[in-house]
Amino acid sequence: MTAVEEGTIALAEAAAFLYREARLADAWELEAWEALWTDDATYHVPVDDAQDPRTHMSIIFDNRNRIATRIKQLQTGKRHSQRPLSRLCRSVTNVEVLGQEGTDTVVTSVVQVLESRDRGSTWWVGRVTHRLRRVDGELRMAGKKVVLVDSDRALPSMSFLL
Amino acid sequence: MTTTTDLRSRVEPDRVHGSLYTDPAIYAQELERIWYTTWVYVGHTSEIPQPNDYVRKNIGPQQVVLTRDRTGAIHVLHNRCSHRGNLVCDADRGNSSSFRCPYHGWTFANTGELLGFPFNQGYGGAQAKERLAGLGAAPRVESYRGFVFASLAAEGPTLREHLGAAAERIDQLCRLSPEGEVELTAGWVRHEVTANWKMLVENETDGYHPQFVHSSIFSISGSGIGALYSDKSTAVTRALGGGHSENDLSPEFRKLGVPMGWAGTPEARIPDYAAAMRAAYGKETGDEIMINGSPHVMIFPNLFIAEIQLFVIQPLAVDRTVQHVTAIQFAGAPDLNRRLVTQCVGSVGPAGMLLADDAEMYERNQRGVAQRQPEWLDLSRGLQRERTDERGFTVGTATDETSMRAMWAHYLTLMDPA
Repeated sequence: MTAVEEGTIALAEAAAFLYREARLADAWELEAWEALWTDDATYHVPVDDAQDPRTHMSIIFDNRNRIATRIKQLQTGKRHSQRPLSRLCRSVTNVEVLGQEGTDTVVTSVVQVLESRDRGSTWWVGRVTHRLRRVDGELRMAGKKVVLVDSDRALPSMSFLL
Repeated sequence: MTTTTDLRSRVEPDRVHGSLYTDPAIYAQELERIWYTTWVYVGHTSEIPQPNDYVRKNIGPQQVVLTRDRTGAIHVLHNRCSHRGNLVCDADRGNSSSFRCPYHGWTFANTGELLGFPFNQGYGGAQAKERLAGLGAAPRVESYRGFVFASLAAEGPTLREHLGAAAERIDQLCRLSPEGEVELTAGWVRHEVTANWKMLVENETDGYHPQFVHSSIFSISGSGIGALYSDKSTAVTRALGGGHSENDLSPEFRKLGVPMGWAGTPEARIPDYAAAMRAAYGKETGDEIMINGSPHVMIFPNLFIAEIQLFVIQPLAVDRTVQHVTAIQFAGAPDLNRRLVTQCVGSVGPAGMLLADDAEMYERNQRGVAQRQPEWLDLSRGLQRERTDERGFTVGTATDETSMRAMWAHYLTLMDPA
């Protein structure tokens, strides 16, 4: 049994969670990053945030199973677009707690990632919305949506964990 | 400018020269002789269903606007004001009977006709319309089952002549709809690669690479796709003429013998679709269509239909190409369509579990061919075991390079028509 605690998560704790998630993703700590998700999580990078991702194309629209598949694919060591792994460094800023939706606290932030690969460096910038939930005393992500500034333009491959 | 003698010496039956992917002069010649001459896929009628709908599209690096006028006729217009050359259309899509240039207010109908120009006494009055130009328009626009193609050449083969047997693959795709129609309504993901456009065209029906490039996803997802492209596969690679080619996977799908087995979707999950197909075509034919599956066909030079998704290839420079991709949607199949969006989003685009790895190969290839030795790329795989099928098409096994050889043979006929 998992115990979900209700109640808004404070800004400092939410921000600390976001920084930790960013650090794990940058460092390719795949298992630790995956463990942050709840069982019903969705991970979404839309092309057009106004459209329903069930009927429209997204850059990423993963349910929890597909998040696991994405991680497993990276763990094979044969995910060519990540051979070698991208060098990453991201900053998370402008963190605000927006409010409560049922058991989840909605937190917004801005992410900026520098990705360095053989092809050159790419600067990825987007507005992030996290839905955070306290499960068995630990903060988890029930949802993460990243709206890239240039989401509807032609983008290079982006096979790291955004 | 590269001379045609040069080109003939760079394309041989079993190998091509690396400079074909890197030489800016050859790229410039390809734009003129291929992209601005032959039939190029522009868009689909379902993207402009209503009178006065429009959507911005491309023919290679050229920006065009695909419009439906108030009578329903379709036009492909260059996005360039006839006054000072400004872009006249900003929005990606919309509904409007006219376009107004923001610079000096010249207005054009969605047929391209010049409608008005402010302070017209400066031109001697409204009658100057007779001598002033409208928007440039593709001289030839034709559609086949909703797929709209344009040719920027005033004369040449008809669209049906250009498509040849590839038209049957469009028919095969449309038959998967109980209403016989495809709808491209799911929006687009745009994926840019630092590679020559022909790297993409060649890869689309290369059955040799999937086991290697995509082993990471095949090994963990239980996907049967890898086996379709193995030494033991009964699938074939077929040159369809006109530079078009396919991986015909239907022999494997027939062996499987399960309706929708090709899509990896048990019929029980899409009961409404299966029922609608049998109601539309009868049980026997409906089952046969659902067993045979969807095509995997590269329609030269820019339309790639890959079972559940549709790609449009857009060259921007000798080493820059964008792939536009959408999930195919079938009219009258809402339960199937949702699954197709989900599957497609997982596979394609910048983060796609398949396409990000294809893109990595295009880019590594582009950097590789810039190296000096050896100068040639080998195209000989399966040449010794090619055969001609009952319809006269050249056929290789699932992993042979039959499609690439045929693409290059057609390439020469366009680049060096003499």
